Amino acid sequence: MQAFLHQVLSGLANGGIYASVALALVMIYQATHHVNFAQGEMAMFSTYVCWLLLQAGVPYWVAFILTLGFAFAAGVAIERIIVRPVEQAPVLTVVAVFIGLLLIINSLAGWLFSYTIKAFPSPFPSDAWYGSPFMSPHEVGMIFVTMVVLALVFFFFRFTPLGLAMRAAAQNPVSSRLVGIRVGWMLAIGWGLAGLIGSVAGMMAAPIVYLDPYMMTGILLYGFAAALVGGIDNAWGAVLGGFTVGVLENVAGAYVVGTELKLTVALAIIIGVLVIRPSGLFGRVLVTRV
Amino acid sequence: MSASADAILETRGLDAAYGPTQVLQALDLTVPRGGIVTLLGANGAGKTTALRAICNMMVRCAGEIHFAGQRIDGRATEDIVRLGIGHVPDGRGTFVSLTVEENLRLGAYTRRDREVAQDFERVYGYFPRLKERYRQQAGTLSGGEQQMLAISRALMLRPKLLLLDEPSFGLAPLIVQEIFRILRAINQQEGTSMLLVEQNASIALELADQAYLLETGRIIMAGPSRVISSDESVRRAYLGY
Repeated sequence: MQAFLHQVLSGLANGGIYASVALALVMIYQATHHVNFAQGEMAMFSTYVCWLLLQAGVPYWVAFILTLGFAFAAGVAIERIIVRPVEQAPVLTVVAVFIGLLLIINSLAGWLFSYTIKAFPSPFPSDAWYGSPFMSPHEVGMIFVTMVVLALVFFFFRFTPLGLAMRAAAQNPVSSRLVGIRVGWMLAIGWGLAGLIGSVAGMMAAPIVYLDPYMMTGILLYGFAAALVGGIDNAWGAVLGGFTVGVLENVAGAYVVGTELKLTVALAIIIGVLVIRPSGLFGRVLVTRV
Repeated sequence: MSASADAILETRGLDAAYGPTQVLQALDLTVPRGGIVTLLGANGAGKTTALRAICNMMVRCAGEIHFAGQRIDGRATEDIVRLGIGHVPDGRGTFVSLTVEENLRLGAYTRRDREVAQDFERVYGYFPRLKERYRQQAGTLSGGEQQMLAISRALMLRPKLLLLDEPSFGLAPLIVQEIFRILRAINQQEGTSMLLVEQNASIALELADQAYLLETGRIIMAGPSRVISSDESVRRAYLGY
């Protein structure tokens, strides 16, 4: 029983990471109706930036904040420079661009930082008081950090004028222009925010999966599964889907398929959702709410 | 040619096209400050395109457009709007999954002054039904209420000029009368100039001071509404009596 509880709780901790990645995917999907396959690599690269800062002796939380800034700026830059020219292009072109972006960022990271696996520190000391037999301090801290980030994101979209304008721009670009919203910039800011949320996932995941250019490959798959479970156009669903996938993956890995085949759980979920309920659990009820 | 001082909007030789398809040809249009002008014509005559051309939206244009003394042709839609042109588009263009209140807040998105709260009361004064439904999703409103919301959203901008694209479309006659009565009140109380595109010629001619008749992209007749509405051929073609 205790072991089972441990699996569920640590699944929730991983779920926080998947939820963040899923939310980042959903944000871009809502605004552009494209799935950003490079989301994971953007997060991985940001995590390397954090690692560089830490190597240079910058205190963890300062490096964390600076990395968020970098991830936001990088997201905005990618939208402005790479995505914008293909805005009106056919879907396959955009998919090709995203996959190209994935490969470029991945190779760039390998070239700059080498493919050697690196340890990445956790900001939560392993003997902290919030550790328990069920969850390590890092897992507790990870849940806390992702929850804070998710709460801030929802607060931003729900209660700030800029958040409202971004929701409007995603929903009805033509009308948005007619009330004076600069729709192009809203998209860029959306990319920036998605990059920022992804970088949190990267920095929180790195102490567990270690830092290397492929660290986000599996996580992106889980995140994509999570987004599909919740409904690819529903932010709340994506977050809930993230935690669901995290628990499912851990429990199935421990009791059903074994840890080697864990990743197949994500693939099984993706196929299962697409076959049984393509709109996801919440895709219909709350379609356009963020 | 410089724009005349008493005009809020003036187009000179305005052409508009969707891709290779020419829709408007050499449109000369003047909306006097504080006046109401209507643009009449059959389906496909280019009425909606004329409004889109003014806002540089979804259509390729050539020619001059002057608004409140400055050239606005070629500028981005959002910049034209920020100068004070409230566009109530065809199909109403409300944000259907946002609430009534959020729609209105978006209307005031470009404003940074402190009188926005006051303006909520102002538009609720014109359309009390929206106040009752301010928490409701716009998509759940009736057609008439959505039209009221679209007009209100444009009013939140405090526009100098309102562009209205068929506000009567798909609405019951009683609702149409109510909306046109309120448009007149807005014009009289706030001095907002209006350019009204309509298929319902009789109610449009009743509201407007000036009318233009558009046929396949060209103006074929222009003058005071009284004169236009008493014209024999207009009466037969557009008013049906």
